[in-house]
Amino acid sequence: MLILSCPYCGVAADETELHPGGEGHLVRHGPGSSDDEFESYLFLRRNPRGVHVERWRHVHGCGKWFHAARDTMTMEVIGTYPAQVSEPPSEILNALGARSA
Amino acid sequence: MFDATPPLARARQDGRVSVECAGLTGMVTLRGDIAAIGEPVADATGLSIPDTLGIVEDGGRALAWMSPDELMLFCAYDEAEEIAATLTAATAEDHALVANVSDARAMFELSGEEAALRETLAKLTPADLRPDAFPPGTIRRTRLAQVSGAIWLAEDGAMRVICFRSVADYVFSLLCHAARPAAAVGHF
Repeated sequence: MLILSCPYCGVAADETELHPGGEGHLVRHGPGSSDDEFESYLFLRRNPRGVHVERWRHVHGCGKWFHAARDTMTMEVIGTYPAQVSEPPSEILNALGARSA
Repeated sequence: MFDATPPLARARQDGRVSVECAGLTGMVTLRGDIAAIGEPVADATGLSIPDTLGIVEDGGRALAWMSPDELMLFCAYDEAEEIAATLTAATAEDHALVANVSDARAMFELSGEEAALRETLAKLTPADLRPDAFPPGTIRRTRLAQVSGAIWLAEDGAMRVICFRSVADYVFSLLCHAARPAAAVGHF
């Protein structure tokens, strides 16, 4: 069972209260991009055995989208942070760096 | 015109925990930057603005925190339209939305001993309902079995539950089933 803390309402939300939104921080390639870029944006996803950054929505709660960094193998949650960023905040990156060191 | 009809009129189950459809209730939703619309809303409703996950009750009205940019006002059904108009005018200078959504949701009232109320709801939701995590004055939007809902312990000791009207019958059945005397666990 996965429990993620929603960064907006602070609730430690059970997985069943959330809706998964797939990989986080995808770069959107729109009109004018190459076929390869568009393919990667549309179809190609990481599926790591280990640390993964994902989007989740607190669908039965406050309704907000947020990001979560977690380990897909151990189910350890490294942290959650708001959606309005294009890359993980420094404390998450530091935690990820500390793990890989 | 039509006559407003409460969802599940007169639906009721008595026992260790009594489950009752609360009838027609006025609900007005407010969306916007709470920091900006808080003051005009507080002035217009006579209620203070609740903190995160809070609900403030006074004089038959209640103002609930629903999300970082959403509040919900509970009032008498008949005054909802007028309050919505007042709030629309009060927040006219802000980027805000006010809507009378009284007919969109159903409200249930569970009465009984507090421990029994917590236990009944704990069978349906993953939310932490221990007294220190869920004291009176907090509202928790969560999942009730398969649908969304919100629950709070009111000042009068009743547990109030709201859900969308389209699933009112489902939620009423859930609550009645969880509240059966034979299903008592005695956890809280």
